[in-house]
Amino acid sequence: MSLIEVENLVVRYPVARGIVGTLARRPRRTVHAVDGVSFSLRPGEILALVGESGCGKTTTAQTLLRLVEPEAGSIRFEGRDVTQLSVRELRPLRRRMQLIYQDPYESLDPRLRVRQTVEEPLLVHRAGGSREERARRVRETLERVELVPAELFLDRFPHELSGGQRQRVAIAASLVLEPRLLVADEPVSMLDVSVRAGILRLLDGLRDGGLGILMITHDLSTAARFSDRIAVMYLGRIVEEGPASEVVRNPQHPYTRALLSVVPKRDPRERMRPQILRGEPPDAVRIPPGCRFHPRCPLAIDACRAQDPPLERPAAATNGSHVAACILA
Amino acid sequence: MSLLEARELNVWFDLEGGGTLHAVQGVSFALEEGERLGLVGESGCGKTTTALALLGLLPSSAEVAGEVRFHGEDVLAGGEESVRPHRWTDVAMVFQGAMNSFNPVRTVESQIVEALELHAVAEGAVARARAGKLLESVGIPADRARRFPHEFSGGMRQRAAIAMALACEPSVLVADEPTTALDVMVQAQILELLDGLCRDFGLALVLVTHDLPVVAQLCDRAAVMYAGEIVEEGPVERLYHSPRHPYTRLLFAATPDLADDGAPVASIPGAPPRLDRPLVGCPFRPRCDRAFGRCAEERPLLRRVDGSRAACHLNDVPA
Repeated sequence: MSLIEVENLVVRYPVARGIVGTLARRPRRTVHAVDGVSFSLRPGEILALVGESGCGKTTTAQTLLRLVEPEAGSIRFEGRDVTQLSVRELRPLRRRMQLIYQDPYESLDPRLRVRQTVEEPLLVHRAGGSREERARRVRETLERVELVPAELFLDRFPHELSGGQRQRVAIAASLVLEPRLLVADEPVSMLDVSVRAGILRLLDGLRDGGLGILMITHDLSTAARFSDRIAVMYLGRIVEEGPASEVVRNPQHPYTRALLSVVPKRDPRERMRPQILRGEPPDAVRIPPGCRFHPRCPLAIDACRAQDPPLERPAAATNGSHVAACILA
Repeated sequence: MSLLEARELNVWFDLEGGGTLHAVQGVSFALEEGERLGLVGESGCGKTTTALALLGLLPSSAEVAGEVRFHGEDVLAGGEESVRPHRWTDVAMVFQGAMNSFNPVRTVESQIVEALELHAVAEGAVARARAGKLLESVGIPADRARRFPHEFSGGMRQRAAIAMALACEPSVLVADEPTTALDVMVQAQILELLDGLCRDFGLALVLVTHDLPVVAQLCDRAAVMYAGEIVEEGPVERLYHSPRHPYTRLLFAATPDLADDGAPVASIPGAPPRLDRPLVGCPFRPRCDRAFGRCAEERPLLRRVDGSRAACHLNDVPA
């Protein structure tokens, strides 16, 4: 069974009109940040949501935790529709879905010792039991994130830790509540290359332990090496989704192909044939009609301007769960 | 004679609580006409400080020793007086985050015109025409030039920042993390631009970055920095295919690539040493997977090893 199942999620934000706009009664405009997104995530799976800034990947993640209210669609977490729950009903669920932020320099309270940071969620959710019980859980969780021996870290402040250690503390603070779903928003992009792999392998290990992880990233190489499935977003929609290796080796959407083609390779001898798209994605206030990618698509034909293609299994797919939203695929 | 050369460059900073940070420790490299050199390393390795030293742009609190030679002339020898004629006209720099340092209340064109007038390159209408040409050379059409910075996307602002650095037609461009905050497609556009500028105008490039794949694709050579020094320097192919310093090898191995070559992406345990106390032995030894006795006692020197330079005792051990 799926851990989380998202169907036709829509999130819109009103655009501020300003005083002049309001007085002139200009029409209200909205940003279609997420415009019909569907996906599911199983326990023990890492799904990478990739795309350029503004594609709606972070909004999607925040909506899952209801930090942002969706306008339409459903989010079923362990079978219950999160969007229909009251704040009160939501609270016990929140313990089971946790968020890891991008910047471990900002997400940790500088005044709290590691011990306090990791214990705090237990206190907030009244989940820790006795003082001894809490101390035991804090210690165990630090060991889970490989901050060992825990004694060495318990009384330190964030500024006494390296970037990688801070991110581990942040992960520990999420794990201490024993969540089933972890949403990791660019978990390594602020870290040095030499420590990134350690954090990613830690997430990998948690996945093996049955956790479902939604990883938001703009880095396709990371997604390729550390996720089970990749969903590529463009202008508020998933345009391609499938097993990571299939999406990387056999991309079917022209946008995915272009994105993959511009990822710099480590090996200087490997010839790159970058297929550079001109301009930047149009803003989500004015979504192009038909296929939303057609104005930048190198392959667009007339039909692309009229038809909004659904996510379907492409003819050239070599895997049953590979889908792409392109009439030419 | 090289176009630009750093010789035994050392930089110290006085720390607030007392003590001295030895940020750059004996860095030497040469850059030839039209060549592209990547200065790579992780945060705190001294790459940005080295870059700033090349232009004599370090704060007065920094103590600098060593030479920076432009066409053989030691430009740091006479302090600010001897650097100023070369800064921007011969060696220019795009600072990290430059795309976000435009004055928000003035048009992009007027800020470039100001740079041109300040350096007495051109004035008035001539300067405006030149600013337009400069912006066009970085891919910003003339009709966009008179817009404000906030009307530009991140990629466009980075292009404008590059145009600004090129105002005095330098022969060397030092770019500090020019694509770091950008999306991968915009990064590709900027890399394509830098590549074109080097090719079309014979510009030499010093690319300061933590991103090895970007260096691998754009640069001819790279200098890998660790704990304030260059630990390996050579053609990028050599660094990737036959690294002569364990840090280079491990750094590549820690960098994920789209293609799965079967090898695990592995982090490097430990952290770089503190630079506010003297280093004994090899600075990388505590993190090195091949350290041996001598590494703890003797600091390895950067020496020539088939076509590269590397600072590692392993290169003295017969294979």
